Amino acid sequence: MDLKEKLISSFMAFENNVDVEHPVHDIRSNAIKNFEEKGFPSKKNEAWKYTSLNSLQKVDFSIFPKEENKIEYNDVKKYFIHEIDTYKIVFIDGIYSSYLSETTHDGVDICLMSSALTKPMYKPVIDVYFNKVAAKDESLTSLNTAFSKEGAFIYIPKNKMPKKPVEIVHFATGNEASLMLQPRNLIIVEENAELQVIERHQSLTSNEVLTNSVTEIFAAKNAIIDYYKVQNNVSTASMIDNTYIDQKDKSVVKVHTFSFGGKLTRNNLNFYQNGEYIDSTMKGVTILGEKQHVDHHTLVHHIEPNCESHQDYKGIYGEQSTGVFNGKIIVDKIAQKTNAFQQNNNILISDKATINTKPQLEIFADDVKCSHGCTIGQLDEDALFYLQSRGIPAKEARALLMYAFANNVLESVGIPELKARINKLIAKKLGVNLGFDI
Amino acid sequence: MLKINDLHASVDDKEILKGINLTVNAGEVHAIMGPNGSGKSTLASVIAGKEEFDVTKGSVILDGEDLEEESPEERAHKGIFLSFQYPVEIPGVSVTNFMKTAINESRKARGLEDMPANEMLKLIREKSELLEIDRKFLSRSLNEGFSGGEKKRNEIFQMAMLEPKLAILDETDSGLDIDALRIVANGVNKLKSKDNAVIVITHYQRLLEYIVPDFVHVLHNGKIVKSGGKELAHELEEKGYDWLKQEATV
Repeated sequence: MDLKEKLISSFMAFENNVDVEHPVHDIRSNAIKNFEEKGFPSKKNEAWKYTSLNSLQKVDFSIFPKEENKIEYNDVKKYFIHEIDTYKIVFIDGIYSSYLSETTHDGVDICLMSSALTKPMYKPVIDVYFNKVAAKDESLTSLNTAFSKEGAFIYIPKNKMPKKPVEIVHFATGNEASLMLQPRNLIIVEENAELQVIERHQSLTSNEVLTNSVTEIFAAKNAIIDYYKVQNNVSTASMIDNTYIDQKDKSVVKVHTFSFGGKLTRNNLNFYQNGEYIDSTMKGVTILGEKQHVDHHTLVHHIEPNCESHQDYKGIYGEQSTGVFNGKIIVDKIAQKTNAFQQNNNILISDKATINTKPQLEIFADDVKCSHGCTIGQLDEDALFYLQSRGIPAKEARALLMYAFANNVLESVGIPELKARINKLIAKKLGVNLGFDI
Repeated sequence: MLKINDLHASVDDKEILKGINLTVNAGEVHAIMGPNGSGKSTLASVIAGKEEFDVTKGSVILDGEDLEEESPEERAHKGIFLSFQYPVEIPGVSVTNFMKTAINESRKARGLEDMPANEMLKLIREKSELLEIDRKFLSRSLNEGFSGGEKKRNEIFQMAMLEPKLAILDETDSGLDIDALRIVANGVNKLKSKDNAVIVITHYQRLLEYIVPDFVHVLHNGKIVKSGGKELAHELEEKGYDWLKQEATV
């Protein structure tokens, strides 16, 4: 049985464990039909030209974990930003772990999707927001929608700001030979409210894991959201991340994606600017080796006038790693005075590494500023000479320059402890050991 | 200390240095002047070991040792320092961390342990005062967003930290206002001793008012066409470089 068939037959078993009378179940039923019709995207699909899911479909993934597994906090402490206090929504093999988590209902809701989908008090919010910005016709999003049951639910009411950032962390214990996870997150930040989120997926063994995640984010008028995705998983873990962001007037949303590991990672990051004076920022640092593969697909849809978008993705590819950057910007006819900037710079440090980069601009308005640039290159020889002339050996000088190249993207990280952590990860990935604390 | 013999160098098969002869002894200051395109910066880069240039003939000898096979970092470890005309920006690496790296790499090459942290801090404090550099400046990313003057002052700060045997200042005066020029020159003068030497490369005589050379050489079309004392710099200031072209045609 291939993975598609297995998933479709598992849906029936899934239905036995959820409330089929809940309106959300109609959404699930429609979604599984869409997935059944479309199946997994193949390389014939233009959007999947450089990323093949073929080998993953041959793995006999467990769709539901057999039992609840436990982890000691001390064993996984290093995967949290433990230097600071945070709210934590933690899952072990897809199942909520209350003893590793720290949720709250104190003025804001930082809790679970499973409660939001079942408790009557959340029904009005679910009716308004659930599956409203996620794509209805995209097969992998539909697959997640069909199995949507658990994940993070965050609701920040008007004028509120949680006391601390929220960490959403998924652990895979490896108790299943291979496991497929489908977390579903819903994040709503109301007018003048603020939120910081750090999301991480971590396998604790080398057993195969495939995560197909969907996150819907709604930023109301003047809302400010900082979202950080830390992708530093083991080389047997694959991730398809589908993030959909709906922004209203004057909201500011930044998404930083740090891709340092994993077997296959696909990031579908979609921004819809449904208002004026909106600011959307997408930044990424990708540092890969081995046969790792990362594919960044971004979309910014400028629907209203006077908005801005900023994209800055930097990649360093070594060994036989492969990277993709596809940045699509759509500017509707009425979206005058749009400023849309896109930058993708890559360094290949091995002859066998590959990067495919493609800007895709569809501009229907005539009074806009759009710029895009992509580069693929080696290190600047003049800069190398400068460092060497100060006594720094060529190897260290190269690592230092790559560090500087990638580090540039971190300026906008708003949580200093996270920034320090990412700095160290970058240094470690690049083998920069220069005798100082970065 | 430095002996350059019949040095020829080219880039992409275009010969830029066409037979340079120069001897610099410890305790001396040499100025190399000349019009744009005469090969001044190339000479500086070749001495520092930039691999882009092919040395086709001749040699650069430092303390009796031929540098031909030496990489830029090995030359730095032997005491050569080049102050860049256009210093490179390194975002995310502070001036302090950069200096720590540079100093400890040089020490490592000489078989020494890393410099203890308190000693390093003392050295940084001492040398930054010499160049009138603010403490905040040291935690900024190297050269990133620095003004022209700040970049040059930072170059001389690095020179002060590394205490080279032979310092080559490539157009250090360009982009400096008079106050910055005075600070930079003052720094260089304080670092001068009977054991080290300085080569000042400049288009104008202005810097030489402050860093007074023992010898002045005029470089034209890849060759030193005239050498003299400090009065030669004044002469050049008055006459410009046009006479060189005339002399060349005669």
